[in-house]
Amino acid sequence: MAICSYLPDLLCKFPAIDDTTIRMARKSVDDGFKALVREYVNIIDALVQPLQWFLNYLEKLFVSSPWIIMLAVMVAIVYYGSRDLRITIGTILSMFLIGLVGLWNDTMVTLAMVTVCTFIAIIVGLPIGILMARSERAQSIINPILDVMQTMPSFVYLIPVVMIFGIGKVPGLIAVVIYAVPPMIRLTNLGIRLVDKEVLEAADAFGSSPWQRLKNVQMPLALPTIMAGINQTIMMSLAMVVVASMVGVGGLGRNVLQAINNQFFTVGFFNGFALVAIAIIFDRTSQAYGKRLQKHSEVIHG
Amino acid sequence: MASHAIEVKNLYKIFGPRGRDYVDQVKAGLGKTELNEKHGHVLGLQDINISMPAGGVMVVMGLSGSGKSTLIRHINRLIDPTAGEVLYDGVDVCKMNENDLREFRRHKTAMVFQKFALLPHRTIIENTVYGLEIQGVPMDESRKRAQGWIERVGLKGFENHYPNQLSGGMQQRVGLARALTNDADILLMDEAYSALDPLIRVDMQTVLLDLQKELKKTVVFITHDLDEALRLGDKIAILRDGKVIQQGTGQDIVLKPADEYITAFVKEVNRGRVINVETIMKPLSGNPEGVPVTIGTVLESAARMMTLADQTIAHVVDANGRPVGSLDLRTLISAMVTPISHEPNRAAA
Repeated sequence: MAICSYLPDLLCKFPAIDDTTIRMARKSVDDGFKALVREYVNIIDALVQPLQWFLNYLEKLFVSSPWIIMLAVMVAIVYYGSRDLRITIGTILSMFLIGLVGLWNDTMVTLAMVTVCTFIAIIVGLPIGILMARSERAQSIINPILDVMQTMPSFVYLIPVVMIFGIGKVPGLIAVVIYAVPPMIRLTNLGIRLVDKEVLEAADAFGSSPWQRLKNVQMPLALPTIMAGINQTIMMSLAMVVVASMVGVGGLGRNVLQAINNQFFTVGFFNGFALVAIAIIFDRTSQAYGKRLQKHSEVIHG
Repeated sequence: MASHAIEVKNLYKIFGPRGRDYVDQVKAGLGKTELNEKHGHVLGLQDINISMPAGGVMVVMGLSGSGKSTLIRHINRLIDPTAGEVLYDGVDVCKMNENDLREFRRHKTAMVFQKFALLPHRTIIENTVYGLEIQGVPMDESRKRAQGWIERVGLKGFENHYPNQLSGGMQQRVGLARALTNDADILLMDEAYSALDPLIRVDMQTVLLDLQKELKKTVVFITHDLDEALRLGDKIAILRDGKVIQQGTGQDIVLKPADEYITAFVKEVNRGRVINVETIMKPLSGNPEGVPVTIGTVLESAARMMTLADQTIAHVVDANGRPVGSLDLRTLISAMVTPISHEPNRAAA
């Protein structure tokens, strides 16, 4: 560039660390990490073993049960959750369509995966969210971590996950949870922080212990926001199962991945729509359920 | 349970991160504005000394920002003082540890809030048992006790409604029932009626006065309304800018306002409902004549009694019916009407 001839070299071309040094650094970090993983591989495996069992059990249960029973259970859950006939009929129709195009088993695998992921995300996310709401310091530490988790491309953290856990369902599950847990944490935190100060003061004035405060006031009043968090977590796990299929998660995600690799337009869309259908069922049901929990706030005195 | 008095002694509250550092300066005369401008701290309360009568209603009155809500929160220590003591039954609430404080709050105090502060997800009965639930009282018993108070405050039939389904006045009845169910000796009422319509407010004042007649709790009542203060208070303290500028009975305040500020306040007061007959009666000369009026009757009631009896003269009797003074309609009316100095203002307005 012309302008460069007037500038000292240092200001024109960015003074990058030279390639050899970078390569060395990279290699030592990678090797160190691998060595670390190799060292603790048994412990890590033992730790995630229960997840594996849980996941396998649920998957087997979902896949091996006759479809009519699964459908009946789903319809029952949807109906008792939402008390809405439209959502229930929508569920039956979409599950029928999924079965007709031959995706029933794959859908069941994905369903099992999402169920486990959501369950774990709630178990992990709720206490962290509560901790964040209770302490400013915890919030200032956890918030940037959540930012990283949400913006880091999911493919990038698949690398260390695969390095640590290998290829399979569990690494996929962990990747999904990492991706899906931030809204749960954030909305739990937000929900608790938004609880009316006067009501909290009343709880204190009557001598509530911190646990009584949490159980009687903060959690119930934060519930609508927490429900929104759970809803978001489900949606994000469903989106992430496709990416997680790259590390060996089966189900609809794997079909999508194969469709991409082979340019199977129709297969891709069938599987995509099956995911959308499950997502909508989950979303409508959990939202209707959340709204029903808040019945007491609807009747406002004039 | 015998009620105990609450003693507030040399209480200071300075809001801000280093409040404690400025206490000595404030004691030496540093003013509120100066403290705020120079050091960025807010003087909430300064040198509060009030002894709240056992089994009586203590009203703390002041306009917004006067520190009255801060003061009431020191009694159950929802706010920690910067300096000073709050003594209840000889124990300094400000020095209690966390456990003792929790026990004190559970068993000795109950509070009613301006914005009701009910739990929206609980029904009326569930809200009312809250204090007992926290104490660990068995559900059957707490429900039974709560039910009684719900009926006392006139909410029978609403047990299974949610707070949102009730009007403001009814919600505050729930707040009152919740506090009373706790069966605590101290009842703290933080602008409890300020959010209510005037008619409902008077109604609720009556509820409180009726209950107090039999309960004899130590009530601390915060208000910005002088009429309310005079109606409820056995003793009244008036707060301004975090300082007590006058304390005494309602009569003391109306008849001998300590400064211009209070004078301006009491101008609008209906004196007939505050001043008692013994304050204006003349020594008995000769035989008692006219209607007998008991000591402690307010002028308005006395005037009504005299008018009904079609008399212009009355005599004051003590609790045993012994005559102690005399009264005529002219004195009575001149004591009831607002001082002349106020009249031109009204005419001009």
